[in-house]
Amino acid sequence: MRASKLSTSLAYLVLLAGAILVVFPFAWMILTSLKPFAELFNLTFWPEDPTLDNFRQVLGETAFLRWFGNSLLIAAITTVSVLFFDSLVGYTLAKFDFPGKNIVFVLILSTLMIPTEMLIIPWYVGVVDLQLTNTYFSILFPGLMSAFGVFLMRQFFDAVPNDIIDAARIDGMHEFGVFWRVALPLVRPALSSLAIFTFLGNWNAFLWPLVVIQKPELRTLPVGVALFSGEAGTQWGLIMAASALAVIPVLIVFAIFQRQIIEGIALTGVKG
Amino acid sequence: MRQRRAITAYSFLAIPLVFFLVVRFLPTLSAFQLSLFEWNILSENKPFVGAENYQRLLSDTNFHKSLLNTVYYTLIGVPAQLILGLVIALLLERITFVRGLLRALYFAPYVTPVVAAAWVWQWLLSPNFGPINGLLVELGLPPQGFLTSPAQALPSAAALVVWQNLGFQIVIFLAGLSAIPRSLYEAAAIDGATGSQRFWRITLPLLNPTLVFSIVTGTISYLQLFTQVVNLNFTDQGGPLGSTLSVAVYIYQMAFGRYQMGYASAITVVLFVIILIITLLQLRFLTKRIEY
Repeated sequence: MRASKLSTSLAYLVLLAGAILVVFPFAWMILTSLKPFAELFNLTFWPEDPTLDNFRQVLGETAFLRWFGNSLLIAAITTVSVLFFDSLVGYTLAKFDFPGKNIVFVLILSTLMIPTEMLIIPWYVGVVDLQLTNTYFSILFPGLMSAFGVFLMRQFFDAVPNDIIDAARIDGMHEFGVFWRVALPLVRPALSSLAIFTFLGNWNAFLWPLVVIQKPELRTLPVGVALFSGEAGTQWGLIMAASALAVIPVLIVFAIFQRQIIEGIALTGVKG
Repeated sequence: MRQRRAITAYSFLAIPLVFFLVVRFLPTLSAFQLSLFEWNILSENKPFVGAENYQRLLSDTNFHKSLLNTVYYTLIGVPAQLILGLVIALLLERITFVRGLLRALYFAPYVTPVVAAAWVWQWLLSPNFGPINGLLVELGLPPQGFLTSPAQALPSAAALVVWQNLGFQIVIFLAGLSAIPRSLYEAAAIDGATGSQRFWRITLPLLNPTLVFSIVTGTISYLQLFTQVVNLNFTDQGGPLGSTLSVAVYIYQMAFGRYQMGYASAITVVLFVIILIITLLQLRFLTKRIEY
């Protein structure tokens, strides 16, 4: 492996060039959000006269904070619900023998192939029938559990040794206690990667909230920002500032869990 | 004892089973049923029309266009993100210094909210004030229409999606690569295998499960492409002359723009069947190749 010095430098060169290309749009968004109105359409990369005006306007003169809060609330509730139910189902499918087990697993897994578009029309009809339009519940009910999470958690619980579970049972622990206090802490990497994907997915959710919510104050962040151009003319500075702010929670979550994401995936089901 | 176990299991599964039944399966059946009716959600009447909605699809040129576009997105997007993702993951494997930082940089687009990414892309590719055209002009090249040109809009939109998915793809490949035992490479090196031999004989075959996962889930997600397409042009969804229109956006337009629930449901059924067939074919064809 002596020739590898040259190839390592080459690897760095390619990776760095690629990273600059990939990050450019992201950097453009952040830097544009700092440009004053007069400078917006200059093609300079760095703002000459950086200002926080766009942020002040987004926070002060639009419903941005409300939308931000709505999205945060919905993403948080969904994430907690998915973590709890998906791990409960995954655990049951991995550690219990009962009639119908394979059928249950295949049925849940098969829902992955149902396109969201197919479900949206019946969901909408149902929500209208039950007079639940413009409620938080209607935005969040479809995401409360996910087949992907069930699959992920089952793979992880499969790897937990049965001895540990049996030992807890012999000690007289309640079945739910075995799951909650013994098995669950052992699959923390899986929980954190599931948490990130679920949070990100719901933070980004667009189609269903767009369909089911008409009241401006109940909009989620993606829908609110998407409709920015309609409400105030295309105000690029505001849009870029709002977009930059929308990245923050995700970046925080990602920064905390970066390593677990990769570990989580490495340990799971990607292996088939 | 066995019976008590079964009771416990089903008590754990009770709420989730109800959820999957009510929120996933019944709506699916309901979509099949709705597709046989002509129904404007605002009217009381809901006449049964049998296969009429499906017949209408046969002569609907907008639907054909959306279907072709969706196929095009998938055929560009999936291979592009697989190849780029694999190359970058392999390069990242080679390096140690600032590896975490570079990885995070490649991941940044994935964590950018989809709507925000679409706005930035519109700006970057704008014919009037976009920096990319600015650069082209500076280099003495003619400015391009990109998203406003019927010929270039679709590849430009596909590029956005690839750009956004790349980070996730890289992470998946890094995970897959880390699961390949080092000892195999060492043994191959002792036997005098070249770098490309090691790649084709060890890396790629052992990466097969990861590739299958990426191809199958990637294809499903491209076939359902919606958010990026809508947000690239909110006032003219589907882009100039419908050049970026995807099936999912067309469904949305029919269902919630024109309230033709029956017809829109028929399109969703077609999409479902397409996804089902492609997924089953991929699983069959791709997983077979593991046995070598």
